[in-house]
Amino acid sequence: MGLFNATARTMPQQKLVGQITTFWVIAASGFRRYSTYRQATVAGTFTNTVFGFLRCYLFLAVAGGAVAGGYTPGQLVTYVWVAQGLLAVVLLWGTPELADRIRTGEVTADLLRPVHPVTSMLAADLGRAWHAVLTRCVPPVLAGLIFFHPYLPARWHTVPLFALSVLFAIVITFCCRFLVNAIAYWLLDVRGPLMLWTLGAGVLSGLLFPLRFLPDAVLLPLWLLTPMPSLFQAPLDVLVERDATPVQFGIVGLQACWLVVMLLLCRLVQRRAERHLVIQGG
Amino acid sequence: MTVIEARALSKAFTVSVKKGRFRRERRQTAAVDGVDLRIDRGETVGYIGPNGAGKSTTLKMMTGVLMPSGGEVTVCGLVPVKQRIRLALRIGVVFGQRSQLWWDLPLRESFALLRHIYRVPTADHAARLLRCRAMLELDEFLDTPVRQLSLGQRMRGELTAALLHGPEVLFLDEPTIGLDVVSKQAVRAFLTELGAAGDTTVMLTTHDLADIERLCRRLVIIDHGRVVHDGTLEALHARYNSRRRVVVDLDEPPPAPLTLTGATLDATELDGRRLTFGLTTGTAADVVVQVARSAAVRDISVLEPDIEDVIAKLYKNT
Ligand SMILES: Nc1ncnc2c1ncn2[C@@H]1O[C@H](COP(=O)(O)OP(=O)(O)OP(=O)(O)O)[C@@H](O)[C@H]1O
Ligand SMILES: [Mg+2]
Repeated sequence: MGLFNATARTMPQQKLVGQITTFWVIAASGFRRYSTYRQATVAGTFTNTVFGFLRCYLFLAVAGGAVAGGYTPGQLVTYVWVAQGLLAVVLLWGTPELADRIRTGEVTADLLRPVHPVTSMLAADLGRAWHAVLTRCVPPVLAGLIFFHPYLPARWHTVPLFALSVLFAIVITFCCRFLVNAIAYWLLDVRGPLMLWTLGAGVLSGLLFPLRFLPDAVLLPLWLLTPMPSLFQAPLDVLVERDATPVQFGIVGLQACWLVVMLLLCRLVQRRAERHLVIQGG
Repeated sequence: MTVIEARALSKAFTVSVKKGRFRRERRQTAAVDGVDLRIDRGETVGYIGPNGAGKSTTLKMMTGVLMPSGGEVTVCGLVPVKQRIRLALRIGVVFGQRSQLWWDLPLRESFALLRHIYRVPTADHAARLLRCRAMLELDEFLDTPVRQLSLGQRMRGELTAALLHGPEVLFLDEPTIGLDVVSKQAVRAFLTELGAAGDTTVMLTTHDLADIERLCRRLVIIDHGRVVHDGTLEALHARYNSRRRVVVDLDEPPPAPLTLTGATLDATELDGRRLTFGLTTGTAADVVVQVARSAAVRDISVLEPDIEDVIAKLYKNT
């Protein structure tokens, strides 16, 4: 059985090409994994759409037909419905899967593969997000288009910039969730931090209401010192063209900075964790 | 060529113990306590010991998922935790109690994914998979999601997954746990063939001593984190003086107590009609001849030294 002989030959292709292929294949596996949960997808989409109606009527009632926080009623409609559509894409409230894997020791499997755990988890999460874009995004956005009068972007660069902004938001959200879950490396029980994140993320990211409703004194430090507004506020503000073109680009630039910071932080945390990691269970 | 080398390898876990209502005391437990080990390329080593001896802990340190708290270890010349990702390409691991497959994906897809993750040339991958499918009879459940597989089916999948990239070293922590007789035989036959090919190093932990008898020429036994035996099974038998035994059934009990040369009487059962002799210098034939002189022999059987007995002796002694 010289077949299994131990030379561990890898493909004779370039390293970068190999890494990109690997990343792509893991992302595809993330996509397929979620496509096996059909009922959950249908139920989730339905819920998001129903809540969209509630939130949309609420905002319109509060705004009372006038400009609120710098948004016209049409812009608010777009804001709410696209936020509902993005809810499953820019996943703030996923299951604490990594924390569970750490607690049970199943994280071993991730560590035994020749790919950096943060990289492979990110790839799988992008696959998940793409699945959500195709399935869970469309119904709420359609509902908004059919039953309300949303604001439609007028500048040619808005839509591509929005797409980029959403991609950044997905990655930054992944990092945030990773970091919260990674606390399990030290505490094992992450229910406390998770609760804090669940509450904080909804409010501070701009998902529940546009952060522009808050006073500037709160807003500015929030944008600059935390990644939170980069998660929902940023892509939605870009899409509804709340600000002038340079500001739109500035917002995405700021997201890019947070993306780099957060990815580096994740890798750092992972490295520290591995040095001290205790795999649970025999 | 040395593939695995451990020098004074240790791991102490800190556990906090409740003391009184609020006080907690942090205490160190030595799970692995100064293990020295050299394993050469192509060896199949049985790494055994009682529950809690530190076997899994050692394997975790060797595979790079657990930081040693003392000593050194290298595998394929790499330092496991520090160079874990490079090491991962060159080793295969099965931890029997947990899955490394993708829970929601069918085995077939898991294997395809692994090809990309380990960047295995397509032809090599296909050939190895074909071999595993035949030897481990995977075809029946290749398209079933992993979460729907039975334990034994999953284990065969895990073993395949650990081998598809042609690892230099295979770490198996209880790979036959929960397998039925047929599956066990399939896994053993497979590992025997792998061992016979001669260049894959296998380190195997198991409580099934038949695995050890079939597969491992070398036996490393640890207890309380220390190596208590390192050598062949025969050496272990010699050390504990285990002997072959001859059981003789007689029509009637012998008229007078028997004393034989070259064997000792170890047990008398069935009112003296079944005698068990332990061989010291004589052969089984010597015993039969001597017994037949004084009583009518109805049946005989020869028992090889029992691995369970000798290992139980060792565990008790340490
Ligand atoms: N995460 C942990 N925290 C504290 N102590 C641990 C931990 N993991 C293992 N131990 C202790 O280390 C010792 C060795 O455990 P290990 O799992 O290596 O045993 P083992 O030889 O694999 O046993 P078994 O045959 O039961 O699988 C045990 O006493 C166990 O209690
Ligand atoms: Mg164990």
